[in-house]
Amino acid sequence: MSFKTIDEANQAVIDKIVQSAPFLLDVVPSKSVIKELEGHMLLHAGPPIAWEDMTDPMQGSCVGAVLFEEWADNEADARKMLANGEITFAPCHHYDAVGPMGGITSGNMPVLVVENKTDGNRAYCTMNEGIGAVLRFGAYSDEVITRLRWMRDTLGPVLSQALQTMDDGLNINVLVAKAIAMGDEFHQRNIAASLAFYKEVGPIITRLSIDETKKEEVSQFLADTDQFFLNIMMAAAKAVMDGARMIEEGTVVTAMCRNGKDFGIRISGMGDEWFTGPVNTPQGLYFAGYSGEDANTDIGDSAITETFGVGGMAMIAAPAVTRFVGSGGFYDALNTSNEMSEICISQNTNFPVPTWDFRGICLGIDARLVVESGVTPVINTGIAHKQAGIGQIGAGTVRPPLTCFEKAITAYAKKLGMSN
Amino acid sequence: MLQTIIKKNSYQDSVVLMLLTSKLNQLDEVLRVSIMMGTPSNIDIFRASGFDTPELSDASSNDMVIMLEVSSEDDKEKVLSIIDEELSSTQDSSGEVEETINSWAKAMKKAPDASVALISVPGEYAALEIEQALDNDLHAFVFSDNVAIEDERRLKEKAHDKGLLVMGPDCGTGVIHSIPLAFTNNIRKGKIGVIGASGTGIQEVTTLIHRYGQGVTNAIGTGGRDLSTEVGAISMLDSIVALNDNPDTEVIVVISKPPAKEVEEKVLNVLRKVDKPVVTLFLGTKPTFHEENLYHAYTLEEAAQLSAKLLAKEEVVYTPSPIINLENKPTGKGIKGFYSGGTLAYEAAFLLEDALGIEHGSSPEGFTLKTDLHEVIDLGDDMYTKGKPHPMIDPEIRINKIKSVVEDADTGVVVFDVVLGYGAHDDMASALKPAIVEAQKELEKQNRQVNFVSVLVGTDEDPQGMDEQKRILEEIGVTVCENNVQAIRTALNQVGATLDLLEKDVKPKQASDLEKLPETSAKLAELLTEDPKIINVGLQSFTKSIIDNKADVVQFDWRPTAGGNVKLQKVLYFLNHYTF
Repeated sequence: MSFKTIDEANQAVIDKIVQSAPFLLDVVPSKSVIKELEGHMLLHAGPPIAWEDMTDPMQGSCVGAVLFEEWADNEADARKMLANGEITFAPCHHYDAVGPMGGITSGNMPVLVVENKTDGNRAYCTMNEGIGAVLRFGAYSDEVITRLRWMRDTLGPVLSQALQTMDDGLNINVLVAKAIAMGDEFHQRNIAASLAFYKEVGPIITRLSIDETKKEEVSQFLADTDQFFLNIMMAAAKAVMDGARMIEEGTVVTAMCRNGKDFGIRISGMGDEWFTGPVNTPQGLYFAGYSGEDANTDIGDSAITETFGVGGMAMIAAPAVTRFVGSGGFYDALNTSNEMSEICISQNTNFPVPTWDFRGICLGIDARLVVESGVTPVINTGIAHKQAGIGQIGAGTVRPPLTCFEKAITAYAKKLGMSN
Repeated sequence: MLQTIIKKNSYQDSVVLMLLTSKLNQLDEVLRVSIMMGTPSNIDIFRASGFDTPELSDASSNDMVIMLEVSSEDDKEKVLSIIDEELSSTQDSSGEVEETINSWAKAMKKAPDASVALISVPGEYAALEIEQALDNDLHAFVFSDNVAIEDERRLKEKAHDKGLLVMGPDCGTGVIHSIPLAFTNNIRKGKIGVIGASGTGIQEVTTLIHRYGQGVTNAIGTGGRDLSTEVGAISMLDSIVALNDNPDTEVIVVISKPPAKEVEEKVLNVLRKVDKPVVTLFLGTKPTFHEENLYHAYTLEEAAQLSAKLLAKEEVVYTPSPIINLENKPTGKGIKGFYSGGTLAYEAAFLLEDALGIEHGSSPEGFTLKTDLHEVIDLGDDMYTKGKPHPMIDPEIRINKIKSVVEDADTGVVVFDVVLGYGAHDDMASALKPAIVEAQKELEKQNRQVNFVSVLVGTDEDPQGMDEQKRILEEIGVTVCENNVQAIRTALNQVGATLDLLEKDVKPKQASDLEKLPETSAKLAELLTEDPKIINVGLQSFTKSIIDNKADVVQFDWRPTAGGNVKLQKVLYFLNHYTF
């Protein structure tokens, strides 16, 4: 160990984040990279949770996954299996993965493979299914299952083939740097990055020697799916943060996630340990016909983007979405990012934000600063209906409970020998 | 209907909230209102004052809690909108966003060459902030009170070891290189250096020096407990040595309440080694002689006057301001002193004791002096200000006291102070006027004569305008005095008593045990010779005097660290100071 103080340890962690080089290598069935998914296991978002504690949308996602995997052919049987312990659950984070909203990932779902070239570690994330009735928000109708199968049989393989034509895979940092200048913050708004991604793979797909219908379907899907890049960003952020937490000291937050019941964080000095507190319900705007009454509690691994420094932390990069996520306007976005910079150690100059006078995105949430100031990270998030199957009903912001950070630094102080 | 409104994560300084509370209380719609931050101790105060609701337990230290009793929902909305308006009017709403400074790291980045931290955070958090200031190599000017005396000693020792100075805690007033800090007056720049315990003692002496045509280099507050046995005069001794070495200072004045014997010896031992002429004032002791070049004053007026004369190389003789003769003799014999300044109240009390032969120190709590006939009250005392602004800002407590005179047939003279300067009420004379006029009318009906005598503490350069304040008071028949001694002597004269002021011989200076004075640290020397660059930790209004006098200040918008949770503060301190 080459550092003397926690500040130095933290600096080592954030140096790793700055130097990281995530590349999108492939899209593969998850069970080919996570062996445990060959059995009857499902990965979920957030810290560990039991079936009976899951909120309705997450349970709905589980039902959808069981139907998709054909472990059961109807909802009743699927629920029975899930409830009686035939299927085991584990957090995505425990298997180098992250999952949006419910985060439910099963063996035959294709996952994006991102490698952090500086540390050689990889991270996985399922692909974005688009909007409306989708599995991640708890929908499990035939339409949803059919789309998942198409993603398994067509989208995954086609993208895999396209990525294989690149010698080193696709450099994510380049896309992020481009898209942040085009108004994306990578959690609520990914349209620029999704188009930039399509610009890279589109021409390759047209050249592939595959069935024309597949080319058309995949091209149309990528063109239609404004949030496609979000899941790539999530996998990239996970790969970067996992690389950084190889430094096993310090107070930098290396993961934030929620399972609908608990919010969980990790800090570099405490390795794999989760520090949890009860989740909040997002505040924001609702689609017509819905209100806060209908909102599910906070859910998903997507807060890995805020952990990396984008999303709500980079609100100022995307004034276009500021109103949508429930704040007032440009100056509110500016205030949000300014406030976030107060709980971060530094700024990542790899990703300068034009609307922030080219200051880099927030870098390195320090759990000490969070506790000291009482300022918690702002997370931009979608809002799920609390009833499974209805899907997304709005978008807004949410903050983690402060207690996660308090528990984390208290545990770390104890580990370092602080007596009561 | 009594309602609890909790505004989450909305930190406001207690002074701001108290002023707001006081303003709202005057509205007809409001039956009762109290606004405080939801700290555990404030919640206790709420409960004790009858605002006990179940919602209270949801409030945290960073939440603003409004307890409001109004008769209708409309009134509630109106009051809430007034609150929002008041609070937002102090903030910039032009849309421009300035980065707020809310950590030491940011403050030091913004002002890397800062020399002084002006700390006015709630007392329970002050020790940690003083420590942080010292860790950042800053002198600390500590307005906060309620710092544990063990902390005071430890922090002052730490400061001394680093060549830094802790002024305070409970330091109300200071002038550093002619820049006024905290509750202080605009004093002419000059050649007299003043060291004093805390607030109005320094204000009275420095404003009198100004009126005598002289000026002040530095006025250093040490805090009321510096000369206690526990603290051992650490700040006082460093300040004396530093002023002795300071090229701009030619005369030194030291003001304090009587210290512990061994501490007094320690201080005198250093003073007797000082090259420059020194005036000492141990308030409440009656010295009978001077020493050569070391003059022992009895009153604040004497201390100010002797220092001015020393500087002007005039004969060093105390000539008190003349007693003012009033035509109408009062019907009562009792003197009532209602002071906003603690030191002024203290001086008034011992002068009355001296003149009237009253025994020292037997007054009940809440009174600086109380006999059957006479009383002197320091209305700035904690027991009167709990949950209320200081009487120097808020006239309410004194208005009530002035009204009470009507009920008390023994009262003959009412003495009160009007303190001007930064931090004080911007028009105290007008604020007190209606109560005095009303009392006078009532007294007339009773065929009684009560004379009102005031002492005006301030200079012609103070923002309130001294002449105008004087005019307002005199117009309603208040006798306005130059200083506190004149006010007390004038009051005594009306009840047929006199104060005996001694003429003192000059004896040779007693020998000092010290071989030579300790050296002044480079940082302390710098403090007294350069304009301070200040980080203002706490009350935003304290930046005004600094900005007005064209010195640099950075506002640190302080909130309690870790929401005021002491256990977490300790964890943070441990982690921040941990070495692998």
